[in-house]
Amino acid sequence: MTINARNPLSTLKSRLGAACAATALLIAAGGAQAADLNALIWCDHSDPALLQPFEEANNVKVNVKEFEGTGAGLAIVAQSQPGDWDVMVIDSIDVPRGVEKGLFEPLPEEKLPFADLFPEVKMDKSTIVDGKRYGITEKFGYNTIGFNKTKVDPADMESLASLTGDKYKGKIAIYDYYLPVIGMAALAIGKKTADLTEADLPALKAELLKMKANAKLVGEVTASQTALATGEVDILVGGGEWVTAGLAKENPALDFSIPKEGAVLWSQSLAMFKDSKNKDMALKFIQYIMSPEGQARLATSSCYWGMPANSKAALTDEQKKILRFDEQPGFLARAQAYPAPNANLDKKMQDMWTEMLQAQ
Amino acid sequence: MSVSGGNSRALPWALVTPALAWTLLFFVLPFIAMGLSSLTAHEGGRFTLANYSQFFTDASYWRAMVNSLEVTTIVTVISILLAYPFAWILAEMVPERWQRLALMLAVLPFWTSYVVRSYSWLLVLAQNGVINRALTGIGLTAEPLQLANTRLATVTGFVHFFVMLLTLTIFANLKQLSPSYRKAAADLGAGPVRTFLHVVLPLTLPGIMVGAFLTFVLCIGDYITPQILGGNNELVMPQLVMMQIGRRGDFPLASALSIILMAVVTIAYLACARWLKIERA
Repeated sequence: MTINARNPLSTLKSRLGAACAATALLIAAGGAQAADLNALIWCDHSDPALLQPFEEANNVKVNVKEFEGTGAGLAIVAQSQPGDWDVMVIDSIDVPRGVEKGLFEPLPEEKLPFADLFPEVKMDKSTIVDGKRYGITEKFGYNTIGFNKTKVDPADMESLASLTGDKYKGKIAIYDYYLPVIGMAALAIGKKTADLTEADLPALKAELLKMKANAKLVGEVTASQTALATGEVDILVGGGEWVTAGLAKENPALDFSIPKEGAVLWSQSLAMFKDSKNKDMALKFIQYIMSPEGQARLATSSCYWGMPANSKAALTDEQKKILRFDEQPGFLARAQAYPAPNANLDKKMQDMWTEMLQAQ
Repeated sequence: MSVSGGNSRALPWALVTPALAWTLLFFVLPFIAMGLSSLTAHEGGRFTLANYSQFFTDASYWRAMVNSLEVTTIVTVISILLAYPFAWILAEMVPERWQRLALMLAVLPFWTSYVVRSYSWLLVLAQNGVINRALTGIGLTAEPLQLANTRLATVTGFVHFFVMLLTLTIFANLKQLSPSYRKAAADLGAGPVRTFLHVVLPLTLPGIMVGAFLTFVLCIGDYITPQILGGNNELVMPQLVMMQIGRRGDFPLASALSIILMAVVTIAYLACARWLKIERA
């Protein structure tokens, strides 16, 4: 008897059976997913070249959700259930924000390679709260001047004053992130990024407006990279190795400088969620990312390159050259941390940034 | 008797319940949540009107609304001016058997990703893009013009999209127009221009208005095109909303700005609806 000849009730029962089996499979798959690792990440962590070795070695699926900016990341967490997320990438200076909200689990320092980190990027002031370590720096770099060395005089890029002079008017893009660029404006007017107060805002605003008057555009990551790579602009304020290193093969003319006034150090950390249902795997993931191999893969991620925090990262000589690995001690000595304003000053800084964007 | 009366009353309610439930779940409740959120402080969650007062007292916030209205108005007007002749040619001059193919070709841009289309325009308008190369190549300009990262670029990206939308609504209106109107006008001695101005155009105004309203709503609420093509050299309202969420996670201020934007769209809708009502009357 063929299937077509079966009575309708039999066919219905058969199909219901198939549906039940499919449902059971889905439930099983759902159960398997509960054991997966759920990571709130920046785009550099979604590179398969970074994730696959970890997934294969640990027989686990890493589910990633990308976000940009701590505010957006914390908003995702606020809309999630406790336990939905296992690990999070966060600006090192923002680790205390997560701790204040009761999100993070202290990290076991003895199980992580803190001794191998560049000392300047451990960021103890922000990654340690009440004597407990909540974040580990995994990658860092500089918001400084990215430029095309065939179009501009590299000597000019040794001073932030060149960004507000007439020589490169209309050849400049500004990276659209208020904190590092405000930090650069602070360096340009001789202020320390860590000491900024509300009283500094008028001078900072004046400097930002001078930069804007010279700029062709203010763009987020992709727009900034595209503008520099396509020759739309020759200089990127706030750029650095995170823009130029990844494009080095296609466009070796792109480079970055650390001006004499200094640069702003960006640093991203990994944190583990207190409510993670999979803390062992979360720790394994952090250990993998901080291992020499994981660090090399993260540093050269297809989304953007950056310096590995672990000084023993397994980078090739060519990769080290592109990242200017050997020059880091000098760079770090001149770099200052991101401004870390309190909530009130942060709001005022963002409003100042909005005014700068609207300025014609 | 009473049972059947009850059934007859219950049936319409049963039929509209799914739609009502959908609207309640996915519009009314989120809107109430957004309204409540807009009245709370970002820090502490206490009741406040500060999120609204920020908009009305901060010039850069207010400027974003002005920019939005200016860009939307320019886009809507240019799109109508381009779409009407296009729809006219499609409806009146293209043979009936080719109209379907022509319409399909006209809406082809809809098939590509909105983001990809915007980035494509960025490359076309860039300093080293097709237009600037052509202009400098034939000697019309000595230096490349700044086309990308300007309001012009934003308007171009929008118009490319909305001309297609308006063409569809106007084309549909033109096709519904009975030829006897024009024959009657001709019988009464009206020439083609007079017939168009006094007969065809007024009768196709509803199609224009519907398309213009859709253009207005979609354009004023769009974030992608100004973000990619405008170069952040001026902010429009959706960008301002996104800034509050992406940078500081300030949902209350973002909610207040969204409600203000929604109020503007509602006013536009009411004006459009009132005008259409007057026209029908």
